[in-house]
Amino acid sequence: MSRIVYVPGDAVAVACGADQVAAALRGHADRLGLDVTIVRNGSRGMHWLEPLVEITTRDGRIGYGPVDVADVDGLVAAGFFDGAPHPLGIGKPGEQPFLAAQQRLTFARCGIVDPASLADYIAHGGGVGLRQARALDADARIATVKASGLRGRGGAGFPTGIKWETVANAVAPRKYVVCNADEGDSGTFADRMIMEGDPFLLIEGMAICGLCIGASHGYLYIRSEYPHAIAAMATAIGAARAAGWLGADFDIEIRVGAGSYVCGEETALLESIEGRRGQVRAKPPLPAHKGLFGMPTAINNVLSLVAIPHIFADGPDVYAGVGHGRSRGTMPIQLAGNIRHGGLYETPFGITLGALVNDIGGGTASGRPVRAVQIGGPLGAYFPPHLFDTPIDYEAFAAVGGLIGHGGITVFDDSVDMARMARFAFEFCAIESCGKCTPCRIGAVRGVETIDKLIAGDQPEAQLALITDLAETMKFGSLCALGGFTPYPVMSALTHFPEDFRPDAARQVAG
Amino acid sequence: MTTGNPSLSLAEVIAPFAGMAGALLPVLHAVQQAFGHIDDAAVVVIAEKLNLSRADVHGVLTFYHDFRRRPAGRTVLKICRAEACQAMGSDALIAHAEARLATPMHSQRADGAISLEPVYCLGLCSAAPSAMLDGQVFARLSPDRLDALLAGAMS
Ligand SMILES: Cc1cc2nc3c(=O)[nH]c(=O)nc-3n(C[C@H](O)[C@H](O)[C@H](O)COP(=O)(O)O)c2cc1C
Ligand code: SF4
Ligand code: FES
Repeated sequence: MSRIVYVPGDAVAVACGADQVAAALRGHADRLGLDVTIVRNGSRGMHWLEPLVEITTRDGRIGYGPVDVADVDGLVAAGFFDGAPHPLGIGKPGEQPFLAAQQRLTFARCGIVDPASLADYIAHGGGVGLRQARALDADARIATVKASGLRGRGGAGFPTGIKWETVANAVAPRKYVVCNADEGDSGTFADRMIMEGDPFLLIEGMAICGLCIGASHGYLYIRSEYPHAIAAMATAIGAARAAGWLGADFDIEIRVGAGSYVCGEETALLESIEGRRGQVRAKPPLPAHKGLFGMPTAINNVLSLVAIPHIFADGPDVYAGVGHGRSRGTMPIQLAGNIRHGGLYETPFGITLGALVNDIGGGTASGRPVRAVQIGGPLGAYFPPHLFDTPIDYEAFAAVGGLIGHGGITVFDDSVDMARMARFAFEFCAIESCGKCTPCRIGAVRGVETIDKLIAGDQPEAQLALITDLAETMKFGSLCALGGFTPYPVMSALTHFPEDFRPDAARQVAG
Repeated sequence: MTTGNPSLSLAEVIAPFAGMAGALLPVLHAVQQAFGHIDDAAVVVIAEKLNLSRADVHGVLTFYHDFRRRPAGRTVLKICRAEACQAMGSDALIAHAEARLATPMHSQRADGAISLEPVYCLGLCSAAPSAMLDGQVFARLSPDRLDALLAGAMS
């Protein structure tokens, strides 16, 4: 009997030893003379179980995890190749409560298919969206995107249909699709996971975007910190070209970032592709009018683009049919930091922050009480547990001074020192500032110094007033959200955790 | 640090990018990949080949954290300092690495054996703390596990 063994090639699994596990399993299979194919799939998103190894049996796929290379001999001796029971066995991965409770529209195939195989993609329903999009006329395509209610998943939540309509209506000799895979926010990894686990989905999403706006060239800008995603996308693009999916009407070129957070900002990213410093451009003109190389450009986050094939395949109503208020569809939430069950959880908007952190995430990994969560990356606010009933919804978060951003939730236990986190927010802004505006470039450096003085007990009242002032100046005097939103983590830490900013807070909390 | 084929000349490394729109970042990556760093002499050649001013190339080179103007240590350890890793003790991991390697963050040890650098998120935030050692990623790190990895990489 020919067996298929799945050992994720996803960076989290690899970082936890998956390559060694795959090699050891290969060795055992060869020694036993078994007909075994090892597929390096993506991750299913249950990261506490990585490396999560699966084997096909008559009953379907059976999983084991987390498998360390030291576990492999015992696992094989117990009958792994026949799907036999073992203490690391988890049964059918799809029946794990963490997965079973999700509504996976975007991540439906991630962790299931072979990311290097276009045939596997098609066998699992891939390509239908592009076919449907081709069958529609130009107006109907834009109408489909608009009807889905999809809002940009890169942070700003701008309606994707309106952006594409603007580009489609622009008159120019050339137009571009640009995919923003810079994913610099701490606590986020959904772009990485889908590029590594279902790369053809992004190719299809970008191709549909090209069709909608009338572009034949797409750029995919991936951060250099993601070598596995870069490799997976390069393999998939090669396979798509070989099969004629890419190359004729539409093609994609990968560009690799160079360790700059601000290059995730759309205009800085365009500068970077053009070969310049990643400095933010003043708007207008919008990229939709004058973007890459001066041409109308649709620039979108990975998660926005990978939502598109499903919307065309199943119709926009299914997507728009779930969600909360003006936040339609599903959000791939990323659970990170000090959390027991970290990973990817795709769910319709409307679920509460507390349900995600405590029920689904299982609280902290350390077993200590949750004290704070940061949502929306380094520019997002810190939330205390008393705000955990806030639903995941763009407007609901804005109402309590927060943002959903790219959907990353970073959990901290009670050992966190919030004054240090506020200091870090300023420090990160200072390190990554593109240098264009004074409030950001200088304000962030002053912020670090001021928090240091505050912690040292040097005229604390005056320092507090200065921090509040600085935050106001940065908020209103910055060109982009790096300077403009750094006040969110700083001020939310100050508002919700004032006790950590007292000089007598005696840095002992840090232990 | 692993580098590409050292027998290639700078001109040969740059040649494939002729005619590419916005080629500077891909060229800088390729040059650094081949030679480990991008020195002033390389800047002159790159500027000439891409028809840019030296100031342009220099400005880009110094803007991006990834590019090096001097060789790195033989081993490069980048430890993640971003929030999710901090929530899982990356500050302590960094302090441990600095002490163990006798090398402060952002620097290279005098014997050239290792460079210790920060990185801001590797997308492994659900398995923190994480690090990149000579381009390989590692997660769920403890001081002991880091020591074992370093022993392997630096032996
Ligand atoms: C400092 C900064 C960093 C950003 N980083 C990213 C990023 O890594 N990925 C991303 O998609 N959007 C990022 N954005 C948002 C982009 O500017 C832009 O809104 C987004 O790419 C638009 O795509 P969407 O409409 O699909 O969300 C960032 C914005 C700022 C101000
Ligand atoms: S706010 Fe900061 S990063 Fe944004 S444009 Fe101004 S200086 Fe650049
Ligand atoms: S914060 Fe360290 S890997 Fe994301």
